[in-house]
Amino acid sequence: MTAKPNFAWRNAFTRCALCYAALTVIACSGFQSALDPKGPRAEAVAKLHWTLTSIATVVYVMVIGALVYALWRASRRPPVPEEHHYHETPEQAAVMKRGVIIGLSATVVIMLTFVVVSVSTGSTLAKVGGDKPLRIDVVGHQWWWEVKYDDPDPHNIVNTANEIHVPVGRPVLIKMTSTDVIHSFWAPNLAGKKDLIPGHETVTWFRADSAGTYRGQCAEFCGHQHAKMAFYVVAEPRLEFEKWLDQQRQEAKTPTDSLTQTGERVFLSGTCAMCHTISGTGAGGTVGPDLTHLASRRTIAAGTLPMTTGNLAGWILDPQSIKPGVKMPPNQIDPQSLQALLAYLGTLK
Amino acid sequence: MAYSEALPMREDTPEPPPLITVDVENDVRAKLSATWREKSGLWGWLTSTNHKSIAKRYIITALIFFALGGLEAGMIRMQLSRPENRFVGPDLYNQIFTMHGSTMMFLFAVPVMEAVGLYLVPLMVGTRNVAFPRLNALGYWMYLGGGVLLYAAFFMNTGPDAGWFAYVPLSGPQFTPGKRVDVWAQMITFTEIAALIGAVEIITTVFKQRAPGMSLNRIPLFVWAEVITSFMIIFALPAIVISSTMLATDRLIDTHFFNPAEGGDALLWQHLFWFFGHPEVYIIFIPALGMVSSVVETFTQRRIFGYPAMVLSMVSTAFLGFGLWVHHMFATPLPQLGQSFFTAASSAISIPSGVQIFCWIATIWSGRPRFTASFMFVLGFFFLFIIGGLTGVMVASVPYDLQVHDTFFVVAHFHYVLLGGAVFPLWAGFYLWYPKLTGRMLSERLGKWNFWLFFIGMNVTFFPMHILGLMGMPRRVYTYLPEMGWGGLNALASLGAVFIVASGVVFVVNVFRSLSVGAPAGDNPWNAPTLEWATSSPPPSYNHLFIPVVEGRDPLWDAAPGELSVVTGLRTDRHEGLVTSIMDAIPERRYEFKKETILPLLLAVFGGGSIVIAIFSPWGVTIGAIFTFIILACWFWPTISPDSDTPLARRRLP
Repeated sequence: MTAKPNFAWRNAFTRCALCYAALTVIACSGFQSALDPKGPRAEAVAKLHWTLTSIATVVYVMVIGALVYALWRASRRPPVPEEHHYHETPEQAAVMKRGVIIGLSATVVIMLTFVVVSVSTGSTLAKVGGDKPLRIDVVGHQWWWEVKYDDPDPHNIVNTANEIHVPVGRPVLIKMTSTDVIHSFWAPNLAGKKDLIPGHETVTWFRADSAGTYRGQCAEFCGHQHAKMAFYVVAEPRLEFEKWLDQQRQEAKTPTDSLTQTGERVFLSGTCAMCHTISGTGAGGTVGPDLTHLASRRTIAAGTLPMTTGNLAGWILDPQSIKPGVKMPPNQIDPQSLQALLAYLGTLK
Repeated sequence: MAYSEALPMREDTPEPPPLITVDVENDVRAKLSATWREKSGLWGWLTSTNHKSIAKRYIITALIFFALGGLEAGMIRMQLSRPENRFVGPDLYNQIFTMHGSTMMFLFAVPVMEAVGLYLVPLMVGTRNVAFPRLNALGYWMYLGGGVLLYAAFFMNTGPDAGWFAYVPLSGPQFTPGKRVDVWAQMITFTEIAALIGAVEIITTVFKQRAPGMSLNRIPLFVWAEVITSFMIIFALPAIVISSTMLATDRLIDTHFFNPAEGGDALLWQHLFWFFGHPEVYIIFIPALGMVSSVVETFTQRRIFGYPAMVLSMVSTAFLGFGLWVHHMFATPLPQLGQSFFTAASSAISIPSGVQIFCWIATIWSGRPRFTASFMFVLGFFFLFIIGGLTGVMVASVPYDLQVHDTFFVVAHFHYVLLGGAVFPLWAGFYLWYPKLTGRMLSERLGKWNFWLFFIGMNVTFFPMHILGLMGMPRRVYTYLPEMGWGGLNALASLGAVFIVASGVVFVVNVFRSLSVGAPAGDNPWNAPTLEWATSSPPPSYNHLFIPVVEGRDPLWDAAPGELSVVTGLRTDRHEGLVTSIMDAIPERRYEFKKETILPLLLAVFGGGSIVIAIFSPWGVTIGAIFTFIILACWFWPTISPDSDTPLARRRLP
């Protein structure tokens, strides 16, 4: 986080609110945190957070202070004459009126400040900042993310899932929709969320200013496995990104040894191919994620498990115990075929 | 009616009105007791139309649902207390959090706020019953029907699981087959009927049955709060009536209101739902404001400062409440200008809220506070609600909301608002009015335990959720991975829930223990100013022996002791009440309240039955319409009640 000098007063202000800040500060680092910004949109909101929190803390302290003062004063007041027992005295009424008017004026001023700060932050965020943006299509499914890098040349279109690679420093424009229910795309280190709504096309953008892997997760309740619908944004230097994109454009390599050849046969002849695509083979199902470069991804089952052979085996055999309710059925595969299948899937880099 | 009943007010006759003799008083008491006596036994219970009996049931039922909703919250906290917990699976978890939200919003918060109003409003405005006693009974039975339906379904593993706002298309026939969402939609039908009935009762009772002299500017603030809320209900509920019906027909008879594939629209639901759903928050919150005013006034022994400002603040909160619904939808595609409008409108709520808070603080400053349990709960309200209000202003900001929307930050925010802003005042109200309802005082010592456990538990549970939200934890997740780093704060939040449960247990013990061993309350144990304290505790079935004549905003403080004047001349041999004018409460005519009958229960059984059948077949509506027609024909069968001929007079109580 780059602290610009003109925000120094805010930081100083923040330090005054020690109690809250001490608690919140633990939220300040993390690969899925709104307060550990890695791009301009999240950074603006993080700054807004500290501004708003500071204002709110001061307002809270003042109002509660007034209440405590009122209680203290009232508890110490000597008994009032009987005729004024239920009604304030005229002098009291004058003070009370002044107090309420001061409080109200302060409220109006603070509220207007707040609206101006908020709306100006909002309009800055709406503008895509930087170079010509990279365009990515994201489609939400129960419970995974389809990611598509479009290209005028159909051979160069890249289909992947649950992992979005982006170049550092270049804005990314994401066009989103959903094929089933409403989801919400949210990678808090990079930007606020945007819903994916069937029948609507929504757009969001972000820019990753430093290389790293940031986690995001569906933020709109979308059914059984809403909790396990995550994705990763991998921000890498431009050359590495281009390399990755080139590699993803390749069709799957034809298996060369007998084990992986068996594995491919298991894949194509079993139920796998009904739902999954591996380009360059006969598998063209579009219900589940594209597996052409499965082994190059970091996780399986939408950010649920790290990509290891063991996890993959467990997932293939019994996805329901890992993600109860997931659309993928359990598979009964004999051990030899499973070994072959795993070996084949391992080649899909 | 074109005529007014002649009743001399203080302005007309400077000398005090004549005294009522003790003989007359005893005679009237005997006759009223006989006329208004409630039938005993099961039949009497089933047919009762007395507003106090019904409101008491309403309150108790709502508290039972609060306990059930609380247990569900406990299960949620249990499941989330550590990462990858397997206490419940996603299928049950989704039902539990949907049940928790639906129960708290539809079966606890709105009903209990109306129920307290249905008990107190007639007493506070000095009338003998609500305007439409049979309709009132129907309201309760419908509410009970909705609650029973929901819980019966839940125990049969058919609990709704699409969230309490049931977003389509997830709640549509394609993605939630089975009957779970149908049960939810019809539960809404039951509760919306009940809520609308309560609203109609309160508005009519307050507008046409106030005691003579209680002009609009003398209505107690709690009664104002109930009236304003009732108007909000009447304007907000049609939106959920229409949308839940559209959802039910989408599911039952294949209409496609919300199906994008057939020209429907998924966002339409959100607009309709939140056009109801946001005002719903204020429907819960505004009666609580009225309770705060009653408690502050009673325990500082000071008239609330700035009465007109207080009333206008509540009215403007109600108006603004209808202009905020889109702030639940900032993550959907919306034009920038529209977003700014809703940001401004949402933050504008802070102005009327501020005015009220400042007026209460001023009142406290000028008075001499008594730190009773009731007053402590109101102080808790200040400490908690202001946090919720401030985070509310923060989430009104579009860019900020896009980070915290649908995360635990928002969960923290609305629990501070709803528990701090509505439940704490409600509990303050329980401690204030329990003596009136039962004739016994609650234990102050247990009351303080109740308060401190609740207050500490509330903060330990919900404050960490702000941070969890900022750390990226979305709401409505049944579990989370250990590497997310959310385990510690979640464990802390779950620990806080233990305090809240303990607080609830203390409250229940206090309520039952005080029923038998509580100190007798007397008519007005707190020296409170409003009319409900002018009658015995618990009040007799006819409320006030004589309809009071109101000569100030705080009738029991404004009239010197022994100078509260009353109306005589109402018939005591039938359920007669006085109808007064809207503005100045000038007597206009007499009115006979309908007596107890089984019809409301029958209508609830058959009408409600048809709603339940409609979950399975559209024929339910057709069959139900026939029975409903027959019952309504009996209900509206004309009866003739002769005019009263005894003249009204103003007298002084001995």
